[in-house]
Amino acid sequence: MAAPLSVEVEFGGGAELLFDGVKKHQVTLPGQKEPWDIRNLLVWIKKNLLKERPELFIQGDSVRPGILVLINDADWELLGELDYQLQDQDSVLFISTLHGG
Amino acid sequence: MCQVGEDYGEPTPVGPTPLQPGCELKCVKCKEGLPVVVIRVGDAFCRNCFKAFYVHKFRAVLGKNRLIFPGEKVLLAWSGGPSSSSMVWQVLEGLSRDSAKRLRFVPGVVYIDEGAVCGQSPEDRAKTLDEVKQILQTVGFPWHIVALEEVFSLPPSVLRYFAQEPTGTEGAYKAAVGSFLQQQHAPAQGEEQLSVPGTQGLQTPAGPPIAVQTEARPPTAAQTVALSRLFNSVKTLTAKEELLQTLRTHLILHVARTHGYSKVMTGDSCTRLAIKLMTSLALGRGAFLAWDTGFSDERHGDVVVVRPMREHTLKEVAFYNRLFGVPSVFTPAIDTKAPEKASIHRLMEAFMLRLQAQFPSTVSTVYRTSEKLVKAPRDSSAGVPPGPRCLLCMCTLDIDTADSATAFGAQTSHLSQTQPPTPPAEALTAPCCSAGVGRPQGCCQGAGPCGREDPRACIIDQLCYGCRVNMKDLPSLDPLPPYILAEAQLRRQRAWVLQEIQEYLIEDSDDEAHTAES
Repeated sequence: MAAPLSVEVEFGGGAELLFDGVKKHQVTLPGQKEPWDIRNLLVWIKKNLLKERPELFIQGDSVRPGILVLINDADWELLGELDYQLQDQDSVLFISTLHGG
Repeated sequence: MCQVGEDYGEPTPVGPTPLQPGCELKCVKCKEGLPVVVIRVGDAFCRNCFKAFYVHKFRAVLGKNRLIFPGEKVLLAWSGGPSSSSMVWQVLEGLSRDSAKRLRFVPGVVYIDEGAVCGQSPEDRAKTLDEVKQILQTVGFPWHIVALEEVFSLPPSVLRYFAQEPTGTEGAYKAAVGSFLQQQHAPAQGEEQLSVPGTQGLQTPAGPPIAVQTEARPPTAAQTVALSRLFNSVKTLTAKEELLQTLRTHLILHVARTHGYSKVMTGDSCTRLAIKLMTSLALGRGAFLAWDTGFSDERHGDVVVVRPMREHTLKEVAFYNRLFGVPSVFTPAIDTKAPEKASIHRLMEAFMLRLQAQFPSTVSTVYRTSEKLVKAPRDSSAGVPPGPRCLLCMCTLDIDTADSATAFGAQTSHLSQTQPPTPPAEALTAPCCSAGVGRPQGCCQGAGPCGREDPRACIIDQLCYGCRVNMKDLPSLDPLPPYILAEAQLRRQRAWVLQEIQEYLIEDSDDEAHTAES
């Protein structure tokens, strides 16, 4: 059983438009059986934060190609991408490099 | 999809990772630092090495091409987006370096406010402009803010090609660097007299950047209405994007010419250029790929567009801006929140990026292709005056009436039939009123070169294939800004006069016959 986590989720490069224009979200992830990884976080974001057009942010179980993910200011490719296990106080940043955000 | 992870082949930490990210990995360059960004498959860089790599690439692109002469005035086209912001920052940093490595040109920044066509309210536009000004003041270069509405007051001459004496030889570059260095050692008054190829006869370039600011008068409501009317009349998002790009280019060119800049730098990244290459192909602009996507673009003659960010991927740009605090302004674009299949541009972007996610060399492969393209104008470049140019994109026309076997030929020959071979006698009266900027389309109705044609054909005739296809999505050309209509009229008249006097000319020049045909 994983304890609740406090995580900072941030959006940039226009991705924030899908989240009411709010860039920084300080969120608390509830405790659950499995540990929290990015895969779960995306599902949680889709359910709780995403305001419109989910297909412009999430495709399949990952982010849409063209959206970069930084975990604590490092490339998520170094950290196992979707399998990275979140720690308390982590910060996750999504930057859209797509034209028009 | 599971292959994606395997491709990267990094020893990704399995199981719960402590807070030190990638503790088993080291930077591939210095073998010491903690890596923060993966640039190519398996190449992880630490913060410092990434910065050195990024800065070096920018300078190397400029150094390799030797197009920008010392002391030359260069206009940085800044949209507020990540790539062009990064470019402005690279220039800023490059100018403040120690003498040996210092960039030696004189920059200015232009920002085009496109809020009117991107669905921004006047309040939002004002807010964006405040942010823009704040950043421009921090940067400290001379700047020019222009509203897109100003296309309605552009002169027709924007659409003309101004030849420039050839400069780009190796020797000329070295000589220019030499004389620049000499002048720098000379007392300060020398700085004022830099003779820079391409800026002669224009305003004297200022020595050190002086914060000259030109700010657009706020556009009149009527102009904003006219602009919205124009864009609302366009039937597809694809054509809207192309039109926006055309008008934006004309405005930047106008700013560059009126303020004596002989180069314009745009922030096109490698990723964008790869997408643009594929998009251009799909839009029927294959003939101009080398100009549309190459390092330098000489289609305007006196003002050369260069793309110094063309070796940086968008990922590198985004990471650099994030890690080193490069400010940018986010403004919604014309296609913001549009679905993936809304336009060819959008579709091609999604296609390329999705491929890239699975095959990480997609973008670089396409981009390398763009590097290999050679600019070969139909009428070999040396000495021969350029043939007729497209009214909108200003590329040498790719229209070939002899080529009737293809769909392309069929379309163009259909159009050429609309031109009467010789004008009937009553049209021999003086060409109708000099094309006033105010109501040029009125001209076409009277007797004169376009008298029997509808004004639409008169404009379409002067476009390249890609622009013709694009203009099909405009039901009426009347809402186009006056300078385009006026220039079309002027060209038509010129061609008509040429045709008129042709029989009195001694038949020795192929050029004129060629021009008259167009």
